[in-house]
Amino acid sequence: MPALTLDAAGVTVATADGERVLLEPTTLSLTEQRVAVIGANGSGKSTMARLLNGLVTPTTGRVLVDGLDVARHGAEVRRRVGFCFTDPAAQLVMPTCVEDVELSLRRSERDPVARRRRALEVLERHGLAEHAHQSVHDLSGGQRQLLALAGVLATDPEVVVADEPTTLLDLANSRRVGDLLLSLPQQLVLLTHDLDLAARCDRVLVVEGGRVVADGTGPESVAAYVDAVDRARLT
Amino acid sequence: MSSPFLVGVHQPGDSWVHRCPTGPKLTLLALFSLAVVLTRSAVASPVFLAAALALAAVAGVRLGTLLRATRAVLVLALLASALQWWVDGPAKAAETLVDLVALALAAITVSATTPVNDVLDTLVRAVGPLRRVGVDPERVALAFSLAIGALPGTVALALETRDAARARGLGRHPRAYLTPFVVRVVARAHEQGDALAARGLGD
Ligand SMILES: Nc1ncnc2c1ncn2[C@@H]1O[C@H](COP(=O)(O)OP(=O)(O)O)[C@@H](O)[C@H]1O
Ligand SMILES: [Mg+2]
Repeated sequence: MPALTLDAAGVTVATADGERVLLEPTTLSLTEQRVAVIGANGSGKSTMARLLNGLVTPTTGRVLVDGLDVARHGAEVRRRVGFCFTDPAAQLVMPTCVEDVELSLRRSERDPVARRRRALEVLERHGLAEHAHQSVHDLSGGQRQLLALAGVLATDPEVVVADEPTTLLDLANSRRVGDLLLSLPQQLVLLTHDLDLAARCDRVLVVEGGRVVADGTGPESVAAYVDAVDRARLT
Repeated sequence: MSSPFLVGVHQPGDSWVHRCPTGPKLTLLALFSLAVVLTRSAVASPVFLAAALALAAVAGVRLGTLLRATRAVLVLALLASALQWWVDGPAKAAETLVDLVALALAAITVSATTPVNDVLDTLVRAVGPLRRVGVDPERVALAFSLAIGALPGTVALALETRDAARARGLGRHPRAYLTPFVVRVVARAHEQGDALAARGLGD
């Protein structure tokens, strides 16, 4: 597995005006295959995940992917780190499914005929072949998220970062997307509110107020999180 | 979320309009549009319309697609020709209306018979020489596809915020739907920018 590192000096993120700290000094080295990040809304999960492919740049400290400094080698890092968003509608930009996957492949495949063939293969692999020429707006929410994920996986990233990919989905679709993510051969960083899904990961971080407050195996961290939430509600 | 304003959705087929290479097809569309706009004659307009209709028929564009796509344009065309009626009289107004519909039909037919990726490849090639003056053809193509892609999404957002305002009983207050609409369009643009960056499309 590639190592995702927030270096030893500690990585912080503050707002542009310096008024607010979004991530307190954090040092991490993620080498497990499946890492989950859980925590309340606004706790800083997305800020942390976005560091991993340069969507957010650290105010201090360095973020390394496989030894590459994200701030200096952004393009190279983004080729290795695929990112999946909560709302697939934001991620899908082309009119039809096959065209959107082709857009992902533009960088790696110059020949349009080969690109079309590869895009159709990708759709086939994710059970979307019959929707190839359909508008992305006519898909169901679950299919749309699968398509967004297919577009990410089409480029063969080494790491997949998924920011609450199942939050908008119904139970069946959320299981389907969750299972797919957990079965990937790639390293996975999964931000989620689905504690069952998180517990199935090799390592789970709990984030609260911009810092990592628990870090352990799935069941340990989930229990710590549930505990903290319950205690806060009672006081 | 099925949008009634889906333009640019490709319908595969094998008519000669489909098979016509993308470069010449786009050039012809541009020439046709120029001709329609520059020819000021009441006789020419119906001829242009007939040509556009014939083209759509040959290409086998589904009637439903044509109707849905022209309906959006028709509203604008009617507004424009109403204005013309007032300024230049009924004859000119009719000419404008027919011209606009002919333009829309031709554009819809071309987009229905041409995969967007082919349009992008053609665009990349056409803009290629500008690379020397610092223009990145891939970016031009991406901006173009974004513009196409943003349309149905934005319309859907507008409908959704309008419904939300109505549900609150605020259907008559422009602020009640304009404010959330603008906020969401900006938020969507922001998200989409992030998503594009994450997909490495800006690198
Ligand atoms: N660009 C920004 N400017 C100011 N505040 C921000 C910005 N991005 C996020 N925040 C704030 O940082 C906090 C953490 O946000 P985020 O990482 O998105 O949390 P999570 O993903 O856990 O819900 C939130 O309070 C959010 O309002
Ligand atoms: Mg978040």
